[in-house]
Amino acid sequence: MLLITCPHCGERAQAEFTYERPVQTVIALDAPVEVAVETLYNRANPRGWSWELWRHTHGCGAWLKLHRHTATHEVAAVALLEAGA
Amino acid sequence: MKRYSAFNLFREGLNGHKGWGPAWRSPEPARSYDAVIIGGGGHGLAAAYYLAKIQGLKRIAVLERGWIGGGNTGRNTTIVRSNYRQPQIQRLLEFSLKLWEGLSEELNYNVMFSQRGALFLGHSDSDMTRLAERGDALRCNGIDAELMTPGQVARLIPLLDMSDRARFPVHGGLIQRRGGTARHDAVAWGYARAADVRGVDIIQNCEVTGFDIRGGRIAGIRTSRGDIATDRIGMSVAGASGQVAALAGFTLPIESHLLQAFVSEPVKPMIDTVIMSQSIHCYISQSDKGEVVLGGDPDLYPTYSQKGVPYRLEEVAGQAISLIPALSRLRMLRSWAGTTDMSFDGSPIIGTTPVEGLFINGGWCYGGFKATPGAGWLLAHTVATGAPHDINAPFGLDRFAAGATVDEQGTGPMPQAH
Repeated sequence: MLLITCPHCGERAQAEFTYERPVQTVIALDAPVEVAVETLYNRANPRGWSWELWRHTHGCGAWLKLHRHTATHEVAAVALLEAGA
Repeated sequence: MKRYSAFNLFREGLNGHKGWGPAWRSPEPARSYDAVIIGGGGHGLAAAYYLAKIQGLKRIAVLERGWIGGGNTGRNTTIVRSNYRQPQIQRLLEFSLKLWEGLSEELNYNVMFSQRGALFLGHSDSDMTRLAERGDALRCNGIDAELMTPGQVARLIPLLDMSDRARFPVHGGLIQRRGGTARHDAVAWGYARAADVRGVDIIQNCEVTGFDIRGGRIAGIRTSRGDIATDRIGMSVAGASGQVAALAGFTLPIESHLLQAFVSEPVKPMIDTVIMSQSIHCYISQSDKGEVVLGGDPDLYPTYSQKGVPYRLEEVAGQAISLIPALSRLRMLRSWAGTTDMSFDGSPIIGTTPVEGLFINGGWCYGGFKATPGAGWLLAHTVATGAPHDINAPFGLDRFAAGATVDEQGTGPMPQAH
């Protein structure tokens, strides 16, 4: 289980958070169809380090960027989403 | 290979059971094969068996990184059913269920397929409406389904909490009597033995490290035990589909998540059907050893760890105890987790890939066990003929860009939504 350090709330259990999607799969509003389909559906799905969007759903509600290892569960970084990201 | 029969059992009994011999060989990989299947789980072994039996290919190998049946084949809740909602997936799973019904005889191996019934409980008027809708859809397509009253459900499962104060009041149910459970290891071993009899080389401890692709076409495969020339490969590696696809240079609409299950200490028979629910995510059945098998929601985030979050077990146990209060007295023996290929519409992917000669069977989310015979049969057909069968044609990789997804739950393009 993950222990995630929310920038607002400190160390909290994974049960408070919701996984959303890998960061690089956020689709630009003006993306051409092929790029949008590729971005929406296809995943690198790495066994290793990945940047992901999570939300502190049952806490402060903040959207977060996690740098996380998908096999060892290490969390190297937790950052707030910047404005416009 | 010695046939399993009452006569041979009697004869071996007189002989101290010394004459059985191993159920399959452990051959060294040859330099070339007519077809190679990656993944020695139930699906891959079934594909190899049907490639030899139905498609008539001669030189076939199954490459397995660990040991056969050691992945998701051994990490599920062994439920077999075909009572889905969408016609495309109904057809696929009903095809598979019919193969299950003759499988022990077909393989000369007891897969302990027990058609004890698969029951969905309804806990509200809207649950019952949706169950009735699903039952109608099933019966229109020739698949058995029976809507049950609360009284009928109570007679079937006397231990259910049918009181007015129940956390999940039972308003009725929908049962598929032909559904049930099977012995997961026996399915892998049975297919392995039957495939070996037909000359299939089952090569364990053999990891795929790359592909030999020439002009967009498969020419061979690189493994930890040497290079093998072949022009047809079927990958059946749910949980690692993304890694194998990456070796071939393409990505898939799949995220690897995790599903847990756990069992209680063995007790005398108390639940003789498979219990599921329309509203809550909790599966309950009892194994032939007497253990109560429990499963629920996946962990809902990408992980290859095969280690689940403890709060999910708490949730499932809470739901199970609410349905059957008697379960609260049981001690849990062990839990396990499998890596699931979560696709973007909750349906599998069986078909061609961007690399000619490389075919995929994957994306089974957490429902692949029930499809073992059918998926193997269809992958064998696709590998041998180079094109999908009519039954797996709706499950190609191209359906996502075309917008022709088979979204059983109607929850949209998120892997964690299914």
